[in-house]
Amino acid sequence: MSEPDGRRHYLNVDYGVRSWLLTTDHKRIAILYLCSITAMFILGGLFAVGIRLELLTPQGDFVQADTYNKLFTMHGVVMVFFFLIPSIPAVLGNFLVPMMIGARDLAFPRINLLSWYLYVLGALFTLFAMITGGVDTGWTFYTPYSTASSATNVMPTAIGIFITGFSSILTGLNFIATIHTMRAPGLTWFRLPLFVWAHYATSLIMVLGTPVIAITVALVGLERGLHIGIFDPALGGDPILFQHLFWFYSHPAVYIMILPGMGVISEVVTCFARRRIYGYGFIAASSLMIALLGFLVWGHHMFVSGQSQYAALVFSFLSFFVAIPSAVKVFNWTATLYRGSIAWDSPMLYALGFMGLFTIGGLTGLFLAALGLDVHVHDTYFVVAHFHYIMVGGTIMAYLGGVHFWWPKITGRMYPEALAKVSGFVIFLGFNLTFFPQFILGYLGMPRRYHSYPDEFQVLNVFSTAGASILGVGYLLPLCYFLWSLRYGAKAPANPWNAAGLEWQTLSPPPTENFETTPVVTTDAYDYGPDGARATPPEAAVA
Amino acid sequence: MIGFRLFPEQASTIAPQVDALLFFLIGLSLFFSLLIAGLIVVFMVRYRRRPGGDHVPDIHGSLALEGLWTAIPFVLAMTVFFWGASIFATMQRPPDNALEVHVVGKQWMWKLQHMEGRREINELHVPVGRAVKLLMTSEDVIHSFYVPEFRVKQDAVPGRYSSIWFEATKPGTYHLFCAEYCGTLHSGMIGRIVAMEPAAFEAWLGGRQAGANVPIEVDGEGIFRAQGCGTCHRADGSGQGPALQGVFGKTVTLASGQTLVADEGYLRESILDPNAQIVAGYTSVMPTFQGLLSEEDVMRLIAYVKSLKAGEGGS
Repeated sequence: MSEPDGRRHYLNVDYGVRSWLLTTDHKRIAILYLCSITAMFILGGLFAVGIRLELLTPQGDFVQADTYNKLFTMHGVVMVFFFLIPSIPAVLGNFLVPMMIGARDLAFPRINLLSWYLYVLGALFTLFAMITGGVDTGWTFYTPYSTASSATNVMPTAIGIFITGFSSILTGLNFIATIHTMRAPGLTWFRLPLFVWAHYATSLIMVLGTPVIAITVALVGLERGLHIGIFDPALGGDPILFQHLFWFYSHPAVYIMILPGMGVISEVVTCFARRRIYGYGFIAASSLMIALLGFLVWGHHMFVSGQSQYAALVFSFLSFFVAIPSAVKVFNWTATLYRGSIAWDSPMLYALGFMGLFTIGGLTGLFLAALGLDVHVHDTYFVVAHFHYIMVGGTIMAYLGGVHFWWPKITGRMYPEALAKVSGFVIFLGFNLTFFPQFILGYLGMPRRYHSYPDEFQVLNVFSTAGASILGVGYLLPLCYFLWSLRYGAKAPANPWNAAGLEWQTLSPPPTENFETTPVVTTDAYDYGPDGARATPPEAAVA
Repeated sequence: MIGFRLFPEQASTIAPQVDALLFFLIGLSLFFSLLIAGLIVVFMVRYRRRPGGDHVPDIHGSLALEGLWTAIPFVLAMTVFFWGASIFATMQRPPDNALEVHVVGKQWMWKLQHMEGRREINELHVPVGRAVKLLMTSEDVIHSFYVPEFRVKQDAVPGRYSSIWFEATKPGTYHLFCAEYCGTLHSGMIGRIVAMEPAAFEAWLGGRQAGANVPIEVDGEGIFRAQGCGTCHRADGSGQGPALQGVFGKTVTLASGQTLVADEGYLRESILDPNAQIVAGYTSVMPTFQGLLSEEDVMRLIAYVKSLKAGEGGS
């Protein structure tokens, strides 16, 4: 990535390995995260390949039962803790939060680097657990199975998750401090891009929620290692207590995954519709509402677990409240399209894909929040389909949309637009073919985590496996053309989309210090439109 | 394609209620999905970027519209909440005349026993048209008793009792699945529910099997004698422990001053951890029977205690 014009930027300022491993530049740390989470995504994807191949036939014939149990456990652990949770915040958030607020870096650059090292250390522990035999508890680690029954590598996996949690906490702290103290002159709270609001809300969850999962896995370790009775009834413990603690974090963790994605969508939709965001205040407030309410609904994972039926009523009631701010966001994004000037570039197609899949994921959440219905579909493929619509259909669509949108800024190169559109369609198609049949399977009664299943479920499972192979192609395509673009892609101008955010007001790739002079903000976010500073110049309009 | 289907059979009284809510929600979801998708497509085409730059109006938002699309989802969400909660309430309250079956889950099988004594493994025979209540626990890890055709599911949790009830509406054979992941053979912890016409069920219940069918409370009485429970729990109340006649379902006052209803869970705790909640007026002299009795024996013992009516004699 040498620049013939000789301009210095954050990528070519030094090529040494040391300059990467000891960097405190938020942009380089974002790249470190990008490489590490991509590796974990590929690993988690390979586990998914194993799962889908096993489920192609009703008999447990592709792998042994124990191997299958390890495959879905490791798929979940890797994808949730080592890909989805860090994905948008640690890569795009790390790169963009300082740039969007006109800052030179995050508030604590060295702590930012420490976050990455903690992530890597945690990942290494977990990889060690997998290489030396794997773990079979499910990513949920339910007790007393995980503490008293499983004979697999629970401890190293738990230690890995414990350590990685601190990476998440430190990233959250860093974002909060940065957003509070380092905004450019004139950048008031209500001029912040919604991407920044979303990351602020996400950071609150990371800081308040993650310590609880750390405590929970530590207690699992204590019981498993030292036989201190906490969760195992044989030792005087309470297994339901574990579920309360686990979901107190792991439900809000879903919002750690989805909120930053919603931030991406707000940026992309406005840019390609050339419109101010519709209902700025409502979208910003809904992020905070989701973060707050997200902490009050964990019990909806436990309607049939034996928790009090009165608790179940309250948790169901509150769960329906979370649906409201999510619905408000979707309506506002749709309204933003109204009378816009809409370009069909690939980031926009990903954003629209997000809106479609997230809508289905969100609506099926209502099915699960409804007590009498959840009793039937709980722990079936209906739940599996639902959370994949949110976490894969939602978060990964938004992540990929964001990576396409900001790729020119991050790397200084353009990717092949036609291929990007193709991959967007392939992913959308493959995703729906994989996961929609699982809603039907779930209602038919196929339980999760089944190595073998009755014959009558086979046809739908074949659809699902076929879809997964298409989805796999859809994910490999961007990997290939993004790598290709690093060398052969056209050079990106500073602002290829003619977007309004501060990050586009500097060169691509940005210099190490981000901005040559500190920007001064005089307008609201998304200053598009005829009178805005970012009206589309005629040459950028699509012919 | 053998047995391929898209919708499960409705074989219990609750199933049509659950499905009605499902169809309402599918309708709701279709409406909103198509609304959003339709608007997106229309806007994408109608307002696509055209040559000659933008003519985009400066719209910030509308308070009225925000209010509207907050209020409508809210009303719909509350409707679904109350609907779901009312079905759940029905699921939580078994009818008084329900037949009882004891269920113990273990890695990786279901052990069941009818009150008349007949035992089953991975199979449960029930009559059509009569409510059946299961009293469940687990010997090891958490399992979950799931019958998709009945739309019911409940975890069987070690160290405590849970229960579930259903009323089969048509004879047939239905799936029994373990729905909570429990280790290696989780997907092998399956069985079947055989719903029979009442007469056929009665015949089946009285059918011969190894060890003859002794009513469960008779089994329980045997355990009561063998463990020497009657030494302290004398029927006339003169023993060191309280008399157990009529205690089941009664409100008891504890030494701490609290009161509770003596249900199966309390009786189980009093056998396995006697000092946890002692009835007022008694001291902690009872030894624990943890490790001495299997979960099934504890259930049989409880069935015996439940059979002791106030004012009756006994051992």
